[in-house]
Amino acid sequence: MRLRIRFSKVGRVRFISHRDVARAWERALRRAQLPVVYTGGFSPRPQLAFGLALPTGCESVAEYLDVTVADPTSAGGGGPGEPGSYGTGPDGVGTTPSALVRTDPATLAACVNPSLPAGMAVLGAVVVPDGVGSLQEEVTSCTWEIEVPGVPPGALDEALGRAMAAAALPIKRERKGRVEDDDLRPSLLALSSITPHDAGSRFAAELATRPRGVRPAELARALGLVFGRVVRTGQWIERDGSRIEPLAAHVAEPAAAGSAL
Amino acid sequence: MSNLWPRIEPLLAQVAKPARYIGGELGSVEPACGPDRVAWLLLYPDIYEIGLPNQGLQILYEILNDRPDAWAERAYAPWTDMEAAMRASGVPLFSLETFRPAREFDVLAFNLSAELTFTNVVNLIDLAGVPVHSVARSEDDPLVVAGGHCAFNPEPLADFVDAFVLGDGEEVVGELTEAVATWRAGARRDRRGFLRALAGIEGVYVPSCYEARYEGGRLVAVVPAVEGVPERVTKRTVADLAQWPYPARQLVPLIEVVHDRLNVEVFRGCTRGCRFCQAGMITRPVRERPTWQVEQMVRRGLERTGYDEVALTSLSTADFSGIGDVVASIVGDPQCSGQVSVSLPSLRVDAFTVGLAADIQRVRRTGLTFAPEGGTWRMRQVINKLIREEDLYAAVDAAFSQGWRRIKLYFLVGLPTETDDDVLGIATLARRCVDIGRRYHRSVTVTASVGGFVPKPHTPFQWFGQDTAAELQRKVDLLKDATRGVRGLSLRWHDPEASVAEGIVSRGDRRVGAVVEHVWRAGGTFQEWSEHFDVRLWLDGLHAAGLDLYDAVHRQRDENEVLPWDHLSASLHRDFLWQDWQDALSQRVVEDCRWTPCYDCGACTGLGVEHVVASAVPPAGGSQGTGQDLSDGAVVPVRFVAPAPAGAGAIP
Repeated sequence: MRLRIRFSKVGRVRFISHRDVARAWERALRRAQLPVVYTGGFSPRPQLAFGLALPTGCESVAEYLDVTVADPTSAGGGGPGEPGSYGTGPDGVGTTPSALVRTDPATLAACVNPSLPAGMAVLGAVVVPDGVGSLQEEVTSCTWEIEVPGVPPGALDEALGRAMAAAALPIKRERKGRVEDDDLRPSLLALSSITPHDAGSRFAAELATRPRGVRPAELARALGLVFGRVVRTGQWIERDGSRIEPLAAHVAEPAAAGSAL
Repeated sequence: MSNLWPRIEPLLAQVAKPARYIGGELGSVEPACGPDRVAWLLLYPDIYEIGLPNQGLQILYEILNDRPDAWAERAYAPWTDMEAAMRASGVPLFSLETFRPAREFDVLAFNLSAELTFTNVVNLIDLAGVPVHSVARSEDDPLVVAGGHCAFNPEPLADFVDAFVLGDGEEVVGELTEAVATWRAGARRDRRGFLRALAGIEGVYVPSCYEARYEGGRLVAVVPAVEGVPERVTKRTVADLAQWPYPARQLVPLIEVVHDRLNVEVFRGCTRGCRFCQAGMITRPVRERPTWQVEQMVRRGLERTGYDEVALTSLSTADFSGIGDVVASIVGDPQCSGQVSVSLPSLRVDAFTVGLAADIQRVRRTGLTFAPEGGTWRMRQVINKLIREEDLYAAVDAAFSQGWRRIKLYFLVGLPTETDDDVLGIATLARRCVDIGRRYHRSVTVTASVGGFVPKPHTPFQWFGQDTAAELQRKVDLLKDATRGVRGLSLRWHDPEASVAEGIVSRGDRRVGAVVEHVWRAGGTFQEWSEHFDVRLWLDGLHAAGLDLYDAVHRQRDENEVLPWDHLSASLHRDFLWQDWQDALSQRVVEDCRWTPCYDCGACTGLGVEHVVASAVPPAGGSQGTGQDLSDGAVVPVRFVAPAPAGAGAIP
């Protein structure tokens, strides 16, 4: 059974890397005694799949991961000592009410949040049906809120307007040790300033993940601006011309998951 | 008190691994700050990734934060990029819990685990905005203390540190806290009188209360310079580890660090008597933790931290007399089965040990490490590391046959009486291990890791004249030639010049303080790191201090020479150490005194403590793997640890 979880990463914890976030999740799920399914083989690892990496130093209220857990309603699921599962509780019985509660999206936050580092918290969770693509495959764009300290609103509007009007936004980027020319413009879906607040100017950006994901640092270079606080506010799946939030993307189909079992 | 975070935060965008400076680990505390509490800042003089796992620091962190009259925070050495950013913007050294300036604490307490970190100690004192010289500090400055293994020869830091603690810190931090509280109540006046009072605490050495005398360029005495301080300071020893089940809330870092796993200390001390090993000599006698408590600490620790790996730590974990029970309990625990791996650092070299490793390392069976230390049986008799060739080959055979493919072997070169045959014996052993591996697997890796021996204080080898860098390099070159082209064998070696710098500090007297200061002033921090180590700084410093490299490092000492640490005691009789040195030179061995009659080293009798063991029966395989007769093991004068308190074993 696959759980898709949305979580935040705000405050000081923004300085840990994507890999550190993954390790924090592994430990948190073990501490919360979630019956996470492990890979088999020589070096078993918990089956966690994260979405697009958030650059170290950026904050987010829209991080996602998929966790494969033993189905608590199926016989023997998550039983002690069974290959591919982590222990489910002191009573050692697989199908316990506690395992049901822990994997229930409605109660997951309460179970897991105390085990996560300060600044990280579960914001929502759903069960996704089998066969749904990974987050990396599904997500097509991300939205960001970016502070630009010390830039007057007028100058910011001008810079954003120039970028949107440009036919191309060439940048140089390093890839496997070689500097390559690249064009950011195709990935730039929308830029709009937000009412100034006491920390200075601020704007919202929507950046496509294809043909490749654009990092906020690259956008800063292309715009010729120095960014302050950067927050990822959303990740989106485009379907039939409209944007859908990843937790909402498969809610219409849970029956299919039930019948597949 | 001030919070520096708003000034730290902008710096973090400019540095590598900013998470080194944010705190927030599981297990870190919201300290109970208050004017009625003594504020401790615990410091490790190396980067976060090395310092965070330090168990000594974590134990004191918990003990102090549990006290009603103290609180403790932590800091580590900022890496060079962060230090530059801090100095450029005027941000002083800060704590990771409340981001307050180090100088606002009452006590700065350093852990000294390696000699080459000493320049970082001086640098951190400076980065705290505190005068680096003890004598220049005023009532506005915190007390600077240090402990850990390198405090057993603290003389090279005598100018910079106000007081050193010798031995186990669990009890003495309380006594220090009370003394500091009294000093603070008097508005920190009369710093000299306060330091003199500290010198009256057992195990506390205040260098400014002692005077070093020299004649003809040699140290002749270190004697009390004031009334009422002991002529000799003896280390502190915790008699019963069961009373100190710490750390109970091990820190779980947000970024990857060394030893990133649950660590449970199963015993302290070691009586195998390896003559090169300072840790084994200065931590005697053996004090084992009761088996039930080890099991409880493992179970609770895994639940609390979410780690999937636990290390049972000690100087020789397979010698823990309760090892069989502990392993059975971890393997039998349904919570642990499958996903939790157990590591046994400091493995003994025999087949029993490999069996043990196979029992618990059902998953991730990657590499096993053995430390024969010497290349020939003759050499191993000299150093009293009594591993016979057949023990090693049996262990290696067992390891390869049970699925391991990578073996790491630790050796030393530059040992007393060493010949080229002894050195080349390392290559022979390693090649033979590759041959054994080939019987089981097409592709195996045997890594022979070779360190240059540095004689350490309070060991039988403290009189030995260390090999020169050139001689160490020649021996490494012999090994390189002898292992060239051997498929599956990889040779690693330690920089011989780093061994020389370590040698300067290891047995240095107070005059070496000027060398440490010279290296620091020339920018020589992080000398443990090859990219920053620079032997020229050390040699220049030695020259500037009017000291001679041969005399300081490479000269053999005689029996009557005053050693810079003779006024400090690890409770080992000097006669015992000298006799053991003579025995080494004539290849006479001593067996593990846990299970044989006493050699009267002085540790048990001097401290009024006995070996404390968890089981009346020695672990299978015998101590040292030498076939030593253990039939009378149960009648030796050991004390058994107390039985578990009612219900202790039943806690889930």
